[in-house]
Amino acid sequence: MNTRARSSAPPGKAQEQRLREVWRTPSGWRYWTSVNNVDVGIWYAGAAFAFMLFAGVLALIMRAQLAVPDNDLVSADFYNQAFTLHGTVMMFLFAVPIFEAIAIFLLPPMLGARELPFPRLGAFGFWSFLLGGVFVCGSIFFNAAPSSGWFMYPPLATDEKLSGIGADIWLLGLSFIEVASIAAAVEIIVGIMKCRAPGMRINLMPLFAWYLLVVAGMILFAFPPLIAGDILFELQRMFDWPFFDPARGGDPLLWQHLFWIFGHPEVYIIFLPAIALMAMIVPTFAQRPIVGYSWIVLAAVGTGFLSFGLWVHHMFTTGLPQISLAFFSAASAAVAIPTAVQIFVFIATMLAGRVVLSIPMLFGAGSIATFVIGGLTGVMVALAPFDWQAHDTYFVVGHLHYVLIGGMLFPVVAGIYYYFPLINARHLSVRWGKIAFWLMFTGLNVAFFPMHLTGLRGMPRRVFTYPGDLGWDWLNLMSTAGAYTFAAGVLIVVADIVRPKHGDPKSALNPWNAGTLEWISEPEEMWGVRSIPIVESRYPLWDQKNLVADVNAGRFYLPDVEEGRREGMVTSVLDAKPEQVIRVPATGGITMIAAVALAAVFLTLTFKWWLAASLAGFATLATILYWLWTGTAEIPKKAERDAGLGLVLPLYTSGPASVGWWAMFITMTGNSTGFASLVFGYFFYWTIHADFTAGATGPGLTWPLISVALFVLAWGTMMLARSLNANGSVGLMRTILVTSSVLAIAAAAAALAGPWLHRMDPVAHVYPAIVWVLVGWTVVHAGLGVIMQFYCLARSVAGRLTPTHDMDLRNTCLYWHFLALMAAISGAIMGLFPEVGG
Amino acid sequence: MTRILPSETDSLWTLFTAPVIWALHFLACYVLVAVHCQKPGVLGIGFSSVRLIIAATTMAALIGILLSAWLAWRQWGYGRDDPPHDDPTLRDRTLFQGFATLLLSGLSFVAVVLVAMPVLFISECLR
Repeated sequence: MNTRARSSAPPGKAQEQRLREVWRTPSGWRYWTSVNNVDVGIWYAGAAFAFMLFAGVLALIMRAQLAVPDNDLVSADFYNQAFTLHGTVMMFLFAVPIFEAIAIFLLPPMLGARELPFPRLGAFGFWSFLLGGVFVCGSIFFNAAPSSGWFMYPPLATDEKLSGIGADIWLLGLSFIEVASIAAAVEIIVGIMKCRAPGMRINLMPLFAWYLLVVAGMILFAFPPLIAGDILFELQRMFDWPFFDPARGGDPLLWQHLFWIFGHPEVYIIFLPAIALMAMIVPTFAQRPIVGYSWIVLAAVGTGFLSFGLWVHHMFTTGLPQISLAFFSAASAAVAIPTAVQIFVFIATMLAGRVVLSIPMLFGAGSIATFVIGGLTGVMVALAPFDWQAHDTYFVVGHLHYVLIGGMLFPVVAGIYYYFPLINARHLSVRWGKIAFWLMFTGLNVAFFPMHLTGLRGMPRRVFTYPGDLGWDWLNLMSTAGAYTFAAGVLIVVADIVRPKHGDPKSALNPWNAGTLEWISEPEEMWGVRSIPIVESRYPLWDQKNLVADVNAGRFYLPDVEEGRREGMVTSVLDAKPEQVIRVPATGGITMIAAVALAAVFLTLTFKWWLAASLAGFATLATILYWLWTGTAEIPKKAERDAGLGLVLPLYTSGPASVGWWAMFITMTGNSTGFASLVFGYFFYWTIHADFTAGATGPGLTWPLISVALFVLAWGTMMLARSLNANGSVGLMRTILVTSSVLAIAAAAAALAGPWLHRMDPVAHVYPAIVWVLVGWTVVHAGLGVIMQFYCLARSVAGRLTPTHDMDLRNTCLYWHFLALMAAISGAIMGLFPEVGG
Repeated sequence: MTRILPSETDSLWTLFTAPVIWALHFLACYVLVAVHCQKPGVLGIGFSSVRLIIAATTMAALIGILLSAWLAWRQWGYGRDDPPHDDPTLRDRTLFQGFATLLLSGLSFVAVVLVAMPVLFISECLR
């Protein structure tokens, strides 16, 4: 095929038609089997927005209840469910997923790519999110919603009589959604690092991508501690293991630590992507490049790190030593530095350019003003002595709503107005946009500013009513009026989005004259970019002449289809040098089936239907194996592909050059964070007790160390299997692979033998319970490791894994590095630590 | 030192050196104080020794950050070129990395100093 000749000649309509056909979204009910980033992104955003409206209605009910003293509009129990779901839904089902939605929708065209590297994973994440979200939200219609507040503190939330099934719905439903978030993080990190258009070096990357890279990295370190906490929590609720029960050595504070190690970075996980939208919008309307690109990178990375040193500022009143509080107070003050840098960069960019007034800028300006107020009250509550007064009062409610509306909701609305032409080639109404903004801005201030005062006057949060003589009446009435005004503004935005726009004039391809690549993408086309460009500027549409015409005429890379496959390009991390042509899967329902099966696991667990849960677990495993077998590590018919412009690239890579290896590495990094959280729990219990073991027997020294030795042997044989395969000794490799799995099973059995033979009872005390959890973690991971080994064996026998095409084997080896390390650490801790540190 | 550490550190990870040092310093301070205040017997030292250890850790962290800053300054060509470093060249990419790393080193330096400051004022495990 002579691509070079075709690239210089005007490419024909036939080529374009072939490309369109390959990327076409199916019609009818099959539409929902699409995995294309445009479809998935829009579904994701739509679902998140719907959940937001639902949680907003709950807020309006609460405000109606609080409008006047001694009100009896709703019952105390319903009120508890309403505020718990409001917080939970806004945080987990709107604020985090909406950014995943925007990232999935925007990143490929912004990076000059066709698609993110794992479209099916993206679709799987969406379906998991949707099912989990409906499950959690739906519970309120059965009077079964969680009611212990969005951070679920024990002992209230661990008490089955007081919290009912709602707490299980929260724990299991949200764990499911957290899995979806981690899936999205993997997709986003690999997409940004490895799928940028050729030439887009890291100094030319759009700031949105920088932010998203940081945020996705934060998810890997923030979400797993919560999942670890959820595991402990559910074990207590299901099997009475006493992790948070002080009578048996547990401590409710461990939950607070694990929750806020997640919860505070979460605030920045929400805030940074919203600011990322601002970093795209502000240069466009100032019509100049951003002032201080490197400073924004500093701010994003700096905030990402510092945000992990803040979690205890939610726990200032728990009686920790003042010196500990002071460390966190200092870090909380330090995070104001990078946050302020971003605000000043935006102001400087606006001052240096000629600002075009528009609806996105209106919301942007409103966002900065609101966020600054929320930030300043944040510095106030970061000071421990002030926080002791304001803790758990309406002051905090006021503060957090200023931060979240200013730092997240307004930028997202600005983003909707800005990017709407990319979705359906029409603009939203300017007139109604202005009205919506002023209603929302006024409503916000009228609703939330008085809350600072009610808080200072002593009104605690989460009370369902209050007596009339405390000086809270008119402030509450004002807040209610403000909330409804705000809601009217939101309603206008929603009405504008959903109204039919067939009569409206079509907008131009790049209506705001923006400089970044996403504006090349044509709303009617599903291919992301018509051909993959060579990028030479931070604002290619401003600086690279004829770029749009050349891209859309197919004069760059991969303008045509080969073998009827969806194709994109993999490039190097720093300099975006082309490395591979990647073939991504097309439409398929398997991801939806996998999500349904996994949802069934969580649903049945909630109701403790053990048999059904096991069946659903097997179904999930089978579905995922089928998905991997049919859709990944495919050996191409030809080794190479002519990408056009004289560039020939391989179609198959393995090891660190492949995107699959990176995905495994990133997933296991997150997984290790979850493991580290459990280890943190082990040592936490050690610090709070004079005798950590409470006189109970431990797992002994022998079995844990035998287990470690066997795991190391299993790991070593696994590495041997990889080299044997690479050297062509396929038969021997298969034998060694089986040997390794036998060793792994023996290692897991040895790990179990320690606590089992010493009759450690996890219900009796927290020490045996945390030992069993560490053993359980190791055994489950060993089980997955063995499944992967047999998968590789089957692939080898089926001819899908060969000495030159060994991606599966190398990814399994990478998994085994992590597994061996985790097994060694947990074995060493369980066996050795009681001897030396008990 | 110039010979030990190659000038072409071609990796994204160097960007994170200083913040990682901040994180380790923060963790060390937190863990030391938590263990000392909960189980004074384990370490067998007084609060004044805790303060000294934190002071030493802080000095070590600051030296590490200064080293990272110096390497970044070198990667940035000792500031001979001004930002924005937005040319599509290897040179500008390297300068950008150097400058961004230098900025992060500055922030980390300030953050380490801020986190260490409480030990100047607090002299016991008050609750």
